[in-house]
Amino acid sequence: MRLIKTQHNRRSFLKVSAAAGGGMMIGFSWLTRCTPASEPMVAIPNEWFDINGYIKIGDTGMVTIFNPNPEIGQNVMTSMPMIVAEELDVKWDHVVVEQGALDEDAFKNPQFAGGSLSIKLGWDALRMAGAAGKRMLMEAAAKEWEVDLSDLTTSDGVISEKNGSRTIGYGEIASKAVDIEVPEELALKEPKDYKLIGTFQKNVVGHKIVTGKPMFGLDFEKEGMKLAMIEHPPSFGMKVKAFNQEEIKAMDGVKDAFIIDTSTDEPDWSETNAFNQLVAIVGDTTWELMQAKKALKVEWEQQSELESSQMHDQSLQRDLKQGKVTESRTDGDPAKAFAKAAKVIERSYTAPFMAHCTMEPMNFFAHVTADGAELTGPTQTPNALKEAAAKLLDIPEDNISVNMTRMGGGFGRRLFVHFGLEAAVISQKTGTPIKMIYTREDDMTQGSYRPAYLSTYKAGLDEDNNLVAFSVKGVGLPDGAVFPNRFPAGTVDHYEAIKLSSPTNISTGAWRAPGSHFTSGVEQSFLDEVAELAGKDPIDFRLKLFERAKNNPVGEENDYDAERYAGVLELVREKSNWDQDIPGIHRGVAAYFCHHSYVAQVFDIALEGGKPKIKKVWCAVDCGIVVNKEGAKNIIEGGVVDGIGHAMYTELKFENGSSLQSNFDTYQLIRHAQAPEEIEVFFVENEIAPTGLGEPGLPPAVGALANALYRATGQRYYHSPFSTADQGQESLEIG
Amino acid sequence: MASYTLKINGTDQQVEAAPDTPILWVLRDHLRLVGTKYGCGVAMCGACTIHLDGNAVRSCQIPVSAVEGKAITTIEGLSEKGDHPVQQAWIEQDVAQCGYCQAGQIMNAAALLESNPNPSDQEIATAMNGNICRCGTYTRIKKAIKTAAGNTNP
Repeated sequence: MRLIKTQHNRRSFLKVSAAAGGGMMIGFSWLTRCTPASEPMVAIPNEWFDINGYIKIGDTGMVTIFNPNPEIGQNVMTSMPMIVAEELDVKWDHVVVEQGALDEDAFKNPQFAGGSLSIKLGWDALRMAGAAGKRMLMEAAAKEWEVDLSDLTTSDGVISEKNGSRTIGYGEIASKAVDIEVPEELALKEPKDYKLIGTFQKNVVGHKIVTGKPMFGLDFEKEGMKLAMIEHPPSFGMKVKAFNQEEIKAMDGVKDAFIIDTSTDEPDWSETNAFNQLVAIVGDTTWELMQAKKALKVEWEQQSELESSQMHDQSLQRDLKQGKVTESRTDGDPAKAFAKAAKVIERSYTAPFMAHCTMEPMNFFAHVTADGAELTGPTQTPNALKEAAAKLLDIPEDNISVNMTRMGGGFGRRLFVHFGLEAAVISQKTGTPIKMIYTREDDMTQGSYRPAYLSTYKAGLDEDNNLVAFSVKGVGLPDGAVFPNRFPAGTVDHYEAIKLSSPTNISTGAWRAPGSHFTSGVEQSFLDEVAELAGKDPIDFRLKLFERAKNNPVGEENDYDAERYAGVLELVREKSNWDQDIPGIHRGVAAYFCHHSYVAQVFDIALEGGKPKIKKVWCAVDCGIVVNKEGAKNIIEGGVVDGIGHAMYTELKFENGSSLQSNFDTYQLIRHAQAPEEIEVFFVENEIAPTGLGEPGLPPAVGALANALYRATGQRYYHSPFSTADQGQESLEIG
Repeated sequence: MASYTLKINGTDQQVEAAPDTPILWVLRDHLRLVGTKYGCGVAMCGACTIHLDGNAVRSCQIPVSAVEGKAITTIEGLSEKGDHPVQQAWIEQDVAQCGYCQAGQIMNAAALLESNPNPSDQEIATAMNGNICRCGTYTRIKKAIKTAAGNTNP
């Protein structure tokens, strides 16, 4: 039995109950209508009792569990409530799931979606909420029957006497549990006793998705609501000065048009935004607003240099040598070791700027009044939006509510809050509720883009082909993708890692597995080449390095567990039959650790009509305890496909400060025919506290793809996108 | 502005809209049928796929003035209870991640199976290639289409 301190006092739980049953959640019924976790197997209750911020129990035994975190497709809407239900000990088919409101005090959990952290950070709070609920119900039953708590046991939402015949359902005792003191310490289940965690439970909103129910920010509607669109400068480095306001206001369906400013003093990172001043147009319908946007004649003024891709390449080359060092590590004497090495190999890798391209473009609903604001829409960081809105609107945070809709993708784009602020300022100016929406072009040409990168890797082998020196130097616009304390740090005596920065006025930000997606791809490609130079199998070569890290690590600060790292490589080796040659199949391997989870992948590529085709991708994952088996597999599969797509096809190019790509006709995302024919995911079984999967599936895919392509085509891929960047020979196609 | 009578999901609906308004925005803004999604506006992503007289089309490209008298089916009307074989297969294979593109994928898949009840992997890839899923659920979509078809054709 595991004990956990609740750190909850009666006072905070009272507050929780008020929030859970009070106006905001109930009033927000557009998004929080009951969603049965599966087929509803219990009658609709007449009365509900608030147990705590996560749990409401109905008199029939139906249980409502609130999902605390924003849902971007990582399936927390299903997996987080599963953890609560496990400890509460209720049948999953008696559970309905609702999206919770923003109330971190009630949930005792940070409510954001980023860094693959929802499950990792929520693990204790979710279990505690479930266990506290169960204990309060049991105490109520013990009081009712005048027996000791230790005489009772629970199973599937029913409390029974261990040595008696009495039983009572949660729904029958819930009204009395409400008054029970919150326990100071709770017993949690041992993983071996889990009934729900580790099973496959279907997405709780699966039926809503396949029937087109309104769920997303773009679908949100409120009475009296107007629509709004924005126009941002055509180039990074430009600012709006004036526009044909009267002409636009006179157009059909246009109610108003004006310039907004969302700049604040000392902006937080989440307020990253290239364009604070925008033209805003308010009207009745999307199509009319689109016509008004076309009719805009805007006078722009230049504020800073208009950059181009050519300039970006030059900046990266220059600052790899003379940029500002932002992070570094040195072990031993790399210069001396390279000088003494029997073989030295050095390779450079590049990757371009990329957009996020969530399928649902940026949008937000805002209703700002004299003394308060309601903000509703797709955000990965509702709390950051609330804080920024309070600052910008000059309204106290307590008077601002932020409600989370389901998101049509995030990938880091919705960590940034500017679109919510834009909606708020437009509503404040017009005094009406408005929903602000971006066109695809607005969305793609105004980014918090994945930075452009250049990294140079160098390795030295001794006469016995042992890795004796390793160096990585990486620069990026605006900062390099180098993680000095990650593998292979700790495995080589003479090691050097240097991260450098290079200035740009293109706005950048977190993009799924920030930095890691590039670093993993190039490092794992480079190690493949080093292993080849050493005449060793690429898995054996890596495992030997992990042996060193396990037994006699270099340095003290190595950000990985060598045992678990090696574990996923061994698992993928076994599952993919790596050691067996398959005629016609060319294989590549990669492994990476980021965002607290370990993933190894093997790609199988065949040449079909001379073109490489990805026949199968094998994945081995160690994320500790797996909460929802199929959901976990799904997100890893998505990471693989995403990694392939962005390595192969995707690139934003710039000229005169403008992105040359503005929609999917010129910006290529991976499609059905280019996806792997099959992806199979295996998990390392252990009882380690779970970590997230939103990001870790992507990074290894880039390296494993490059390595398999090399075996299939004889070409090494140093520059993204692989399909069009100049690798020194003909371009490449997959599929 | 002009007035149009549209046959949507088996019911006649009156709308007032400019003749060039794409049916996508008539569905979403005028009729509040928001299951049909906006993704690109240039027929490159397939999120806005609907059926016009049974054929899968991109609703962002078709003006309201061109659809009078034609049968329009949206995701909301694909089946009465949300139990079309394709919808059921999507749930069974737990396809969706963010879910935003899936209405378009489902509408396209339903039209594919209508014309080719037993598609091969290659035929699925070709027919579905216009529908982007940014989350990368393509292998599950393929499995779900095969589940709906009740086939195991490679």
